Amino acid sequence: MADNVKTGPSRRTVIAAGAVSAAATSIPAYAKPAQLPGKPPMRVPVSLEVNGQAKKLELDTRTTLLDALREHLKLTGTKKGCDHGQCGACTVLVNGERINSCLSLAVQHQGDKVTTIEGLGTPDKLHAMQSAFIKHDGYQCGYCTPGQICSAVAVLDEIRAGIPSHVQLDVSEPPPLSNMEFRERMSGNICRCGAYSNIAAAMADVAGGGA
Amino acid sequence: MEFNAPAGRNLFDASKVVGKSTPRIDGPLKTTGQAPYAYERHDVVANQAYGYIVGSAIAKGRISAMDAEAARAAPGVIAVILATETKPVGKGMSNYAPLFGGSDIAHYHQAIACVVAETFEQARSAAALIRTSYDRSAGRFDFPKLAPEAPLAKDEEGKPDRQTVGDFDSAFAAAEVKIDATYTTPDESHAMMEPHATIAAWDGDKLTLWTSNQMINWGKESMGKILGMDPKNIRLDSPYIGGGFGGKLFIRADAVVAALAAKQAKRPVKIALQRPLMANNTTHRHATIQRLRIGAGRDGRITALAHENWSGNINGKEGENGTLQTPVLYAGANRLIANYIATLDLPEGNAMRAPGEAVGHLALEVAMDELAEKLGMDPIELRIRNEPKSTVPGKPEKRFSDRNLVRCLREGSTRFGWDRRKAKPGSVRDGQWLVGMGVAAGYRAAPANKSAARVRLDGNGGVIVETDMTDIGTGSYTIIAQTAAETLGVPLEKVKVTLGDSDHPAAAGSGGQWGAASSTAGVYAACVTLRQKIGQTLGFDGDKAEFAGGKIKANGKSFDLAEAGKLSVDGGIEFGKFKDDYDVGTYAAHFAEVAVNAYTGEARIRRMLAVCDAGRILNPLSARSQVIGAMVMAAGAAMMEELVVDTRFGFFVNHDLAGYEVPVHADIPAQDVVFLDTLDPIISPLKAKGVGELGICGVGAAIANAMYNATGVRVREYPITLDKYFERMPMLT
Repeated sequence: MADNVKTGPSRRTVIAAGAVSAAATSIPAYAKPAQLPGKPPMRVPVSLEVNGQAKKLELDTRTTLLDALREHLKLTGTKKGCDHGQCGACTVLVNGERINSCLSLAVQHQGDKVTTIEGLGTPDKLHAMQSAFIKHDGYQCGYCTPGQICSAVAVLDEIRAGIPSHVQLDVSEPPPLSNMEFRERMSGNICRCGAYSNIAAAMADVAGGGA
Repeated sequence: MEFNAPAGRNLFDASKVVGKSTPRIDGPLKTTGQAPYAYERHDVVANQAYGYIVGSAIAKGRISAMDAEAARAAPGVIAVILATETKPVGKGMSNYAPLFGGSDIAHYHQAIACVVAETFEQARSAAALIRTSYDRSAGRFDFPKLAPEAPLAKDEEGKPDRQTVGDFDSAFAAAEVKIDATYTTPDESHAMMEPHATIAAWDGDKLTLWTSNQMINWGKESMGKILGMDPKNIRLDSPYIGGGFGGKLFIRADAVVAALAAKQAKRPVKIALQRPLMANNTTHRHATIQRLRIGAGRDGRITALAHENWSGNINGKEGENGTLQTPVLYAGANRLIANYIATLDLPEGNAMRAPGEAVGHLALEVAMDELAEKLGMDPIELRIRNEPKSTVPGKPEKRFSDRNLVRCLREGSTRFGWDRRKAKPGSVRDGQWLVGMGVAAGYRAAPANKSAARVRLDGNGGVIVETDMTDIGTGSYTIIAQTAAETLGVPLEKVKVTLGDSDHPAAAGSGGQWGAASSTAGVYAACVTLRQKIGQTLGFDGDKAEFAGGKIKANGKSFDLAEAGKLSVDGGIEFGKFKDDYDVGTYAAHFAEVAVNAYTGEARIRRMLAVCDAGRILNPLSARSQVIGAMVMAAGAAMMEELVVDTRFGFFVNHDLAGYEVPVHADIPAQDVVFLDTLDPIISPLKAKGVGELGICGVGAAIANAMYNATGVRVREYPITLDKYFERMPMLT
């Protein structure tokens, strides 16, 4: 708790003229100028392949992969629900595996192949999982949906690749494409609207070759 | 159009589009990431800057000093607004503490500063440099300790909220079988997936807010009060809303601070409330303490029923009233309802999905289970035996509009396999697991409110509906399109729907389970007006013409809708006084099967069933989703959800999605929903009632009753977590 306590940042007098020019004009007259905390943001070039297209960006090293997608590439299909790896809304596929894009910095992904919801399909050319979500009403507000769909696509691949799970009765056997396997493996993607049963139905439809 | 008499036979009784399972028309956008939510609208205004909110680190007291010197000098910073440099803003609807401004702190994480910078990272970094000192005051944080002294709440007319029918005390004293039990429910968080978010832009004295809000018209009026400006100069736009559950009914700090910051920065500013601020900065469902006393004869007929409820709020008003269903759900000649409210210094309590009833059923419907056991009676039979006659108990002038609770219970009993339930707790074993079944009834009021829409013809056979109605995941887009397609006789794909823009006619909005019934009635009314206008244009009586398949048959002639050219009407529905003679409600029977591990006490829901009676179901596909989703939220309330109060410092400790546990996929293995084929002519011309809140009323109690049936351990303090029952689990044999 910070009550009755006053703490300050360590005062350093590092000035980086180039980076502060925008800020300098808006510093009110009463503020003491030129006492800047820390270093100016470091910007580095980042090259990604996003949805099959090469993207070259110049990014603040603090920018997450999620914000690189949403704020820099304007691919806002990937959602920010918590920014702390707690909800799964930001799930994307990186080199074919699902990750929470809020939990890694963009600079960690030099040369990586990123697939977002926009890369899976479009309204005119839906991915099978997207069609199945529509058919089974596997969403309501839609905010967790891109993350759920990316996760669902990855989960089917993970099961087919034989990656074991907590609910598997015998981990030496190939895991089944079952309701409980889907539900267990999808549990990192929260849906507060509670569309879980419909998402499981959509996954079963795709796993069975339908949708 | 005024709806001032029960609906007779109308075109919805032969419906071709309404009532059919219809995939959402917004589905292709939502599933491909193309539906734009508030924070994502890069295209609506240029030069957007990033705002980052700082929340108070104390719950009660004053800010003695704020030092933003370092923040203002930090790289990329455009502006810093501080509460101490800002006059407190006005209060909009249901804002109990100012959303920004002044040195007084009313609750933890109240917004006290905002940094605006060129990038998100710069704003966040600079926000951490603001140094604030506080003079902390003592606060009222311990609700259970304060509750016994709490006064009666005030009802809608300002009178103490205490209702009596007959003589409860004498009847309870004389009752052959009695239950006297107290239940507690914790504070809960809406925890919708999309954080509260707004982009604010000024154009002279005009303000536009691209935001995430359930009630556009309330929001516009409220922003006017908050900023002291004419609401005419304010526009809200919320076409997609990433969940609300009541948490986005009212204007919150994201919108206010974005507007203030945009003014100071002279730039559009976008803000998403950080997830860790949401629980304490915004509203929550209040904790309750509920005492149930039920007296019955040996035949199971209730003779005395008392439900007393305690909750607390920052303003000593607007609590969580768990008694709401109790006057309506069961018969009984002698009754007492009382609702008390304490004043607290915790964050603001307000509506969350089925406010009142959601937690009320967690008490009443477990008390009924306890009564059934004491009577040695099946809990379904007990409920059926206490079904009221055709009027609300104690109010012979108030008729039930259309009530089929008994059918719900019987249908559910058959479908769920209730006959396999063993009445004696702890008597079903499946390997390591103790298995139990539970049932509960559900009631949720079905309000309908004034609602308007504009309906246009595009001149090419297409129809455009424009209203400020919102779709918070409820499926409004689709049921509105279905309603327009039905009324104007066009295929669904010929209807375009634009929602959430305050420039369009004001709808009822999304809240209180009234959205579907009200907004479709409003669109129907506007379409009827349009039919009349089409008739005037083409020379026939629009009320008598037949609109079907994109054509109109009138006076023995056939017209294409396109022949009417471009037309536009504003219309809407208002609901007349005749409704006051009725209790218009929705009903459900909820069933759950739960397994509790005999060794570890781990509890797992195995399956759930809801049988719902809500009149015409406009879109069975999305209505079912509403109900399964509500069942999930109810499972959370029963088994895991709790905002934990730090009673020393006055805040919710577990204020993020790691600490505040909500159900995940693996918690919900199997769900089933059945809708009875009923019609309610009192609700609206469509005879359709809402289901989104019905679905959460009773499910938690069914789960709690199932856990008791599995283990023989009754837990009356929600959520029912392992620590509360493990030591009382049956010995292993």
